[in-house]
Amino acid sequence: MQKTTLDIQAIRKDFPILSRTVNGQPLVYLDNAATSQTPKQVLDAIVDYYSGYNANIHRGVHTLSQEATDKYEQARIKIQHHFNAKLAHEIIFTAGTTHSINLVANGFSSLLKKGDEIIVSALEHHSNIVPWQMLCERTGAVLKVIPMNLNGELELEAYYKLLSSNTKLVFCNHVSNALGTVNPIKEIINAAHNVGAAVLIDGAQAAPHIKADVQALDVDFYVVSAHKMCGPTGAGMLYGKEEWLNKLPPYQGGGEMIAEVSFDKTTYAGLPHKFEAGTPNICGGIAFGAALDYMNAIGFDAIASYEHELLEYATAELLAIDGLKIYGTAANKTAVISFNVGSIHPYDIGSILDKLGVAVRTGHHCAQPIMDFYGIPGTVRASFSFYNTKEEVDILVAGVKRAVAMLQ
Amino acid sequence: MTIKEIQEEIVDEFSMFDDWMQRYEYMIDLGKSLPLIDEQYKTDDNIIKGCQSRVWVHADLEQDVLSFTADSDAIITKGIIAILIRVFSGQHPKDIIEADTNFIDEIGLKEHLSPTRANGLVSMIKQIKMYAIAYQTQIK
Repeated sequence: MQKTTLDIQAIRKDFPILSRTVNGQPLVYLDNAATSQTPKQVLDAIVDYYSGYNANIHRGVHTLSQEATDKYEQARIKIQHHFNAKLAHEIIFTAGTTHSINLVANGFSSLLKKGDEIIVSALEHHSNIVPWQMLCERTGAVLKVIPMNLNGELELEAYYKLLSSNTKLVFCNHVSNALGTVNPIKEIINAAHNVGAAVLIDGAQAAPHIKADVQALDVDFYVVSAHKMCGPTGAGMLYGKEEWLNKLPPYQGGGEMIAEVSFDKTTYAGLPHKFEAGTPNICGGIAFGAALDYMNAIGFDAIASYEHELLEYATAELLAIDGLKIYGTAANKTAVISFNVGSIHPYDIGSILDKLGVAVRTGHHCAQPIMDFYGIPGTVRASFSFYNTKEEVDILVAGVKRAVAMLQ
Repeated sequence: MTIKEIQEEIVDEFSMFDDWMQRYEYMIDLGKSLPLIDEQYKTDDNIIKGCQSRVWVHADLEQDVLSFTADSDAIITKGIIAILIRVFSGQHPKDIIEADTNFIDEIGLKEHLSPTRANGLVSMIKQIKMYAIAYQTQIK
């Protein structure tokens, strides 16, 4: 029996896509860690924008421009409140997590020197590895890695030993996309601050499940994508402490980010506009705000507790399958299950599940170092959202059993 | 049989099935009957780029016809390569180079593969044709 107080069937009606079929079967969407689906409240915000007040912001004297500017800035304040940032201008609109990380990495190019050290966790997505490698190549800084154990948890003792006065930056995800591990970011942040290093936390996988409080965390940078939390693609945010954002140079040049321009000298605009060159994804920012409204109306505590129910149920049901092994068994994890069955290739299971209407991710999940650690080519990953049901878990489990029977 | 005839035979076989689960089952069976590549040829050089699962293909020329052996770590991928090998093994390089591969669209294979697998299929065909071009130059 379901313990949740949420009316899941009513919630599902908010998501038009959930009523479609795939290959003649009802869609069972379990690829939420890649992107979440969009409720009609967010779709309405997108349609309202383009049909009601589409205009460029911060420039026009006309009414539409004013309305669009107001809504966009209101969205920034919604995001500020959601993540409990002290100041609205500490929220920078970006195209998403990857863009946010690159903005910070680029900014640090001018602040690092040869011999400085930056630390990254073994659990990172490629987007939180490659920009830092590129930064190291540009500056001569050295990249060090926090190791993980077989459960998919970071080894904090090893991390503490990596820290020194040379450490300038630490990067870690809040939740691992490949394994679902919730990392002890408060401990990671505190220890980094003790040696004077700045910390960037990649919140892309955490934001749909956990409401992060950037002031309580005392984190220097926190980055998310809207499309993982019921919002549109191509929109996201960079939270940065005001003092850090003031230290970083602008990322891209263009309109909106300037105060005065002459051919002799250009002075830059203040925060947040310094980092928002050009016409932004106005609609995306507004829809991001609508997505936060939607999720907060349901409530993050209720979401987390229901998703945990789904995780426990799905874990028990999947483990009953002969030869099935789950990768990522951290004590604290979100509703993500990465698994393989015997020596069957994850692509084979994923292909057959697709024919049964079940959408999962297969492969290395942009986290090849984790797959190398386990010595596997990849996994099948089922990732759950608050709109999934136990009946869908049953369809997944029956599908995996059918696939295994065909493939063995 | 000519390449064209074999392709028609495969199109007929696929048309007998009612749904894609049955076709997948058939491809899995084909995958199990794939002429396996000798371990010594399972090198990085023989890995087909553009496939998400690992696929190795090796070609031998004997009496002016090519024979192919292959392997993959994914079974459905083995089924796909088995279909291609059935079409192209035992054929003259010139015929392989000139062959069209419309039969893949006729059996609906490409549209029923994930985009990454469909790209892999294109890469496999390209690799087989590359072997044919390379060996063609050895035939007088």
